[in-house]
Amino acid sequence: MATIVGVQNRLTAGPRNLTEPFAVRVVLTLVALAYLLVFLVVPLGAVFAEALQKGWAAYVNAVREPMALSALWLTLLTAAIAVPLNLVFGVAAAWAIAKFEFPGKNALITLIDLPFAVSPVISGMVFILLFGRQGYLGPWLQAHDLKVVFAVPGLVLATIFVTFPFVARELIPVMQAGGTEEEEAARVLGAGGWTTFYRVTLPSVKWGLLFGVILCNARALGEFGAVSVVSGHIRGKTNTLPLHVEILYNEYNFQAAFAVASLLTFVAILTLVAKSVVEWRSSRRTDVLSEPRA
Amino acid sequence: MSIEVRNVTKKFGDFIAVNDVSLHVPNGELVALLGPSGSGKTSLLRIIAGLEQAEAGQVLFEGEDATARHVRHRSVGFVFQHYALFRHMSVFENVAFGLRVRPRASRPDEKEIRRRVMDLLKLVQLDWLGNRLPSELSGGQRQRVALARALAVEPRVLLLDEPFGSLDAKVRQELRRWLRRLHDEIRLTSVFVTHDQEEALEVADRVVVMNHGRVEQVGTPQEVFDHPATPFVMGFLGNVNIFGGRVEGGRAILGPLHLDYPEHPHAESLPAAGYTRPHELEVDRAEGGGGGFWAALRYANTAGAVVKLELATGDDRLVHVETTREQYELLRPTTGERLYVRPRQVRIFVEPGKGLPPPSERVVPPK
Repeated sequence: MATIVGVQNRLTAGPRNLTEPFAVRVVLTLVALAYLLVFLVVPLGAVFAEALQKGWAAYVNAVREPMALSALWLTLLTAAIAVPLNLVFGVAAAWAIAKFEFPGKNALITLIDLPFAVSPVISGMVFILLFGRQGYLGPWLQAHDLKVVFAVPGLVLATIFVTFPFVARELIPVMQAGGTEEEEAARVLGAGGWTTFYRVTLPSVKWGLLFGVILCNARALGEFGAVSVVSGHIRGKTNTLPLHVEILYNEYNFQAAFAVASLLTFVAILTLVAKSVVEWRSSRRTDVLSEPRA
Repeated sequence: MSIEVRNVTKKFGDFIAVNDVSLHVPNGELVALLGPSGSGKTSLLRIIAGLEQAEAGQVLFEGEDATARHVRHRSVGFVFQHYALFRHMSVFENVAFGLRVRPRASRPDEKEIRRRVMDLLKLVQLDWLGNRLPSELSGGQRQRVALARALAVEPRVLLLDEPFGSLDAKVRQELRRWLRRLHDEIRLTSVFVTHDQEEALEVADRVVVMNHGRVEQVGTPQEVFDHPATPFVMGFLGNVNIFGGRVEGGRAILGPLHLDYPEHPHAESLPAAGYTRPHELEVDRAEGGGGGFWAALRYANTAGAVVKLELATGDDRLVHVETTREQYELLRPTTGERLYVRPRQVRIFVEPGKGLPPPSERVVPPK
C-alpha cells in the first residue's frame, strides 16, 4: 500500500519551485478544455441532439426499424467473429515474438503493423482483388458457389484484417517486459507448455489482453472504409451500422441517421469507460508489482 | 544424487561460454561455481538444469545420462537470480505450483499439498506470509520463497543462480549462513553460482573456480585460497599484489622483489610473476632483508578490523599492505614516510609451457 500512497503524494504535492505560476496553469487548462469542447463535446452532443430532434418516439422508431436492426445484428456478428479470431492470433503472435527467438521475427512484427499502415479503403480493395468476380480466386469461388465479396464473409474478412494489430500490439510489450524467467521456473517445476502458458503467461498479461480486446472490439464495430468497399451496400443483407448511417444520411433522413449513429456513440462511450477501468486496474497492479521494497 | 559433467561445450554464436568442462559433484555436497561475469558459470548451471542445450558433452545424474532428458523430467530444483516468482500468485500458490501441475496420477490431494507447502514455508521461516503476493515481500523473503518453491517438488539436485546476488550486504550474510545450515540439515546435492569469492569460500564444501569458460581449479575453500593453482585463481580470490619479472640462475627478479628461486638454476631467463596478498607483506622502519624493498607510504585506511596501507615504490608502483591495528599503532607511520616492505610469502608463477614445473610456490621464511 505504501507505494500507492507514494504515487498519490507525487501527483498532488510537487515542490513549489517545480510548478508553473498559477496564471499559466489556468490558461493552459482553459485552452485544453476549450479545445475538447469544440472538437469532442459539441459534435458528440450534436449527435444526440439531432437524434432526438423529432422526439423520443421518432428516435425509437428509427432504431427499431428492420433495416437498422439487421445492420445492428450484422455489426455484432462481424465483431463476434473477428474479435475472438484476432484474440487467438494476437496472443499466439505476441507469445511467439516475446518469448522466443526465431528467424523472421522482425518481419513478423512489421507485418502485424501493416493494417495500421495502409488505408482501410485499400484493405477493402485487396479483398475485392482476391475474391471479387474478376479477382484471383473469383472463378474458383464461383465454381464452388461461394460468395465472399458483397456478402457476410467479406465483411468479416475485411474487419479481421483491419483490426488484427490491436491485441498483438498491446500484448507484445507487456509480455516482453515480463521476460522468460517465470516460464523457465514453471518448466523446471514440471509444468508442460500448455500449463505454463495457461497458468503463468496468460494471468500475468490479462490486463493488457483485455485492453487490446476492448480496442479491437471498438474498431470492429465502427470500421467503415474497408467494410464499405467489400459490402456492396445491400440493405438488410450486407449493411453494418456505420454503412447504414451513411445510407440514411445520403437519403436526407438526418434524424434517423443520427439516431442510429447514437448507438455507435454509446458503444464508443462504453468502450472508453471500460478502457479507463482496465487502465486504472492494470496501473494499480504494476504499481504494486514494481521493484522490491527492501 | 551425484552430478557428473563430461566435456561440455556451449557456444553463443562465436562466443564460447563453456569450453570443454568436466566436473564431478558427489552426492550431498554443496559446491560453488565461482568466477567473474562471462566466465560461463551460469551457462554451466543452466546446462546441468536442462534450461540450456550444450553443443557437446554429457550431463549425468547418479551415473545415468540425462543429457537428452527434458528440464521437466530432470528433478532439479532451480533458484533463479531474480527469484522468478509468479507475480500473480500468493506465496502459498507459488510453493504449491510444482505439486499442482503434476499429472493427475502423481498429484497429491489438496490436504497433502497444504501440509507440504506449510512444512516448507516453516522450513524457510515464512509460514506467516502464505497469503501475500511476492511484491509484498522483501528481497530476502522472496529469495526464501523461491527456495521453498524449488524444494517443493522434492528435487534430487538443487541449483542456485547467484542466490544472494541482488540482496544487500547484511541480508546476504545472514542468508548464506542460513543456507549453509539448511544444507547441513537436508543434505541435498547443491550447486550454486556466485561471483563473490567470500560467499563461495564461506558457504561451499568445494569451490570450482571458472574463467573464460574453463575450470581453473577445483578444491576445498582452504585449498583454493592457500594453494591457488593459477595466477587467475590467486588474483580472483582476494586482493593481491602482482610483481612482473623473470627467473634466471636460481633467482627471481620480480620488479623490486629479489628472491631465491632454486627451482630454476639455469642461466636461461624466463618470464614470471610474483603474487602476494596484502596481509602477506609487512612493513617496518628498519631494513628487514628477505628480498624486500623500500616504498613511501601514500595512504593509510584505519577504519576496519585491519589497517590497509597503500605504498609506492621509487618507480611509482603501488603496493597494498594489510596489517593489524596493534602493529600499526606500534609503528605509527606518517604519510610520505619511507618504509621497508618485507614479503612473508610470495607465490611465483613462471610462464607456463616452457618445459619446467611451474606454477610453484616460494615461501620466504620470516626473519
